[in-house]
Amino acid sequence: MSDAYDTVVIGAGHNGLVTAAYLARAGQRVLMLEGRAHAGGALSTEETFEGFKFDLGAHRLSRLHPPVVDDLKLASHGLDLLPCDPCVFAPSPDGGGLTLWRDPRRSAEAIRRFSTSDAARWPDFTDTVTLAGAFLESIYARPPIDFLDEGGPGALTIVGTALRLRRLGRRGMMQLLRMLPMTVTELMDDWFETDLLRGALGALGVTGMSQGPMAAGTAFAFLHQHASPEPAVRETLRVRGGMGALAATLRAAAEAHGVEIRTGAWVERVLVEDGRAAGIVLVDGEEIRAGRIVSNADPRRTFLDLIDPICLEPGFLRSVRNIRFRGVCARVNLALEELPRFKGAPGGDGHLRGSITISPDLEYLERAFDDAKYGRLSRRPYLEASIPSLADPTLAPPGKHVMSILVQYAPYELSDGVWDEAMRDELGDRTVATLAEYAPNVPGAVLHRQVLTPPDIESEFGLTGGDIYHGQMTLDQVYFMRPIPGWARYQTPIAGLYLCGAGTHPGGGVTGIPGYHAAGTILSDTD
Amino acid sequence: MLSGTPFHSRTAPLCQGHNWRRWAGYVVASSYGLTHDHEYQAIRSSAALIDVSPLYKYAIRGSDAERLLDRVLTRDVSRCNVGRVMYGPWCDETGKVIDDGTLQRLGDETFRLTSGEPNLRWLCESAQGLRATVEDDSDTIAALALQGPLARHVLGNACDSDLMDLDYFRLTFARIGGVPVTISRTGYTGDLGYEIWLEASAADTVWDTLVAAGRPFGLTPAGILALDVARIEAGLLLINVDYIPANRALIESRKSSPFELGLDWTVRLEKSHFIGRDALLAEWQRGPEWKLKGLELDWGSLERVYGEFGLPPQLPGVAWRTSVPVYVQGQQVGYATSGTWSPTLKKYIALAHLRTAHADTGTRVEMEVTAEHQRKRVSARVVEKPFFEPERKRA
Repeated sequence: MSDAYDTVVIGAGHNGLVTAAYLARAGQRVLMLEGRAHAGGALSTEETFEGFKFDLGAHRLSRLHPPVVDDLKLASHGLDLLPCDPCVFAPSPDGGGLTLWRDPRRSAEAIRRFSTSDAARWPDFTDTVTLAGAFLESIYARPPIDFLDEGGPGALTIVGTALRLRRLGRRGMMQLLRMLPMTVTELMDDWFETDLLRGALGALGVTGMSQGPMAAGTAFAFLHQHASPEPAVRETLRVRGGMGALAATLRAAAEAHGVEIRTGAWVERVLVEDGRAAGIVLVDGEEIRAGRIVSNADPRRTFLDLIDPICLEPGFLRSVRNIRFRGVCARVNLALEELPRFKGAPGGDGHLRGSITISPDLEYLERAFDDAKYGRLSRRPYLEASIPSLADPTLAPPGKHVMSILVQYAPYELSDGVWDEAMRDELGDRTVATLAEYAPNVPGAVLHRQVLTPPDIESEFGLTGGDIYHGQMTLDQVYFMRPIPGWARYQTPIAGLYLCGAGTHPGGGVTGIPGYHAAGTILSDTD
Repeated sequence: MLSGTPFHSRTAPLCQGHNWRRWAGYVVASSYGLTHDHEYQAIRSSAALIDVSPLYKYAIRGSDAERLLDRVLTRDVSRCNVGRVMYGPWCDETGKVIDDGTLQRLGDETFRLTSGEPNLRWLCESAQGLRATVEDDSDTIAALALQGPLARHVLGNACDSDLMDLDYFRLTFARIGGVPVTISRTGYTGDLGYEIWLEASAADTVWDTLVAAGRPFGLTPAGILALDVARIEAGLLLINVDYIPANRALIESRKSSPFELGLDWTVRLEKSHFIGRDALLAEWQRGPEWKLKGLELDWGSLERVYGEFGLPPQLPGVAWRTSVPVYVQGQQVGYATSGTWSPTLKKYIALAHLRTAHADTGTRVEMEVTAEHQRKRVSARVVEKPFFEPERKRA
């Protein structure tokens, strides 16, 4: 008896769509099952308030994996990325602010108003970040090493990785190895003295992380956001029509290759027969058989919720339970009557077209984390805001704007209380109040406000514990240790069951790389 | 601190030689008399009462209790109906034995598992995600083994129910001296026998009732030394002696699979999932490297070895538990882990791990003995276990 499908993909997040498209492109009959009403996972744009469209999940990306763009012909399916210039605007609490641009010389000029030595160092810093970012990209572009796989293809990968590291040169190799485990604060100490600059850069080392900038490994988290050979610091891309448009592009590409996508189809469990994946069962009881199952869900959800524990060894399950999921982000979306007017900011709206970061210095970030460490919402949160309607006016009614704000730290588990309506309002109020310190017109300009707490993010996108990365991007949970040591190559202990989401190498962010590698692994297993 | 078992108030006055032994944090009598011979003879010819309370005991309950145990044990627990008892080992993920014990099914969703070493953590970890709870009953449940050809008579005299119908490896619920107990037709002697499980608080009553009921049948309290001789005759394994639990082995080669321990019959590879299955399936396909077999030492050879020194064969006074090399043509092919003089069989016997190539029944091997301070080799024959298996065990 042959199954109707070769492969069933659970969850139509962006990585799942990439995997599905590649498998269908190779001739497989692929069915995608998505519980929500739309494909795209955390790439989601919705008209929350009439005329105002918001990104509910991810609100920016730094780089889509170029082979994915090319192989799946995303351009022909409507890919329309909007590079942001400036990259980031960091308002100062005293008025004015620092703007960093795509062009390092222009950024250096902006920095010079604060510190000539920082300005002088900016080009070198850009080079160093680019060197490290390019190296990480080269690591990310391949499936991870498997140290436990003696003599297998893993051995060659180790040699290749060592060669690429060596190619950085003695100084480059030293710099990189030194940076990875550093705190982002110490990385900044190495380079800059301007608080505003240190805060604007350091914020990227803690975004989505349950850590402050004084935690080891945050320099790596900073570099993870720069895994690209492009010479840009804090590069930001948006999508015309909102992030949901990228989901639509990926969906169109997948469907063009013949992927069948069913939305509103929640998978209850994966069928395992004789140690092999044999199909899935939907919550309504429908059984769909397929010899290959790919899970875009995070590893916790996949192994602990979708699979009978009997089918997995206790030691494996222990490792899965111990993967650190720590949601620290909330989302506040504001429908604005008018643009925010930051105190002492330059005229016009040019500075508002990239990310806007409220992270005036590293201590501010650390203090914000201190609250979260004890299970409390930051009294003065770190905010990363975007006003995508500036570059894409279709997102808001004429003259009005949408502002999406990633709010951190909002711990998933509160030490005192739960995420009820009062806490939700408190979160919204603190966010607007924090913004008002920098842009006093904001409270008066708010027409509507949407607040997504970490539990909302979890239930909306299936992000366990509200962790936007499918497991924290700490050094012990990346590369050949992602999702767990010994199982970093997209396969699982259950034959025919694969992972393809951000819980696998190279982790979180909108890149498509986990999905790309998962597809590669599956296709080479199929050969 | 070592403590007495729930029967201590009864066993202590009987323990004439103060010959106590540590067992799982308790002290139990090695022998009550000055030597254990009389107690051993009770096991084989009348009836013996042995305090086995220090056994680890776990209560496993819940709608997934059967699935949990089926996942942990190599046996097919779905076939363990209520009232049945199963013996079996359990393994780690690599198919190496962690422990072995008996599993009693007390109800649809209630089991009791015994083990030689603590297993609470392993059981709890294996229960994650399942609707099953694991409780350590080791201190609250007392246990007595009533073993020997007259055990049924003694028990019939002591309890309120008829045990004639209680088959081998079955259990029943009864009262002894008014105390509710579970009686299983199991034991560690390879003889007709029962094990009695009860609330620790009622230990005295049950002991006194049994002792009184056993008087006409020569019931004798027996210690661990007597039990050890009997269990070797019965070919039953002792953890930490005949095998090292996988989670305590310092090096890989110290671990054993069920196949290597002669427990092939307990491994149900046709079950789709249990811990260690993949490794065991692979091992079964390539064949185990070791086998655990019986050795019977050759009397003539023993006489010759000791005769060199003008001595008659020196036989072990008690069962030994050390590792003793076994050779074939001068090459070491294995090691014996327990041995004893069998008073019933009138033979010197041992349990030995042998490389598969030298483990066929009938193979001639040599086992090391120390005669007059010199290492000598005594000829022995590989035999099947058990050495002693009377019909009454199952009848």
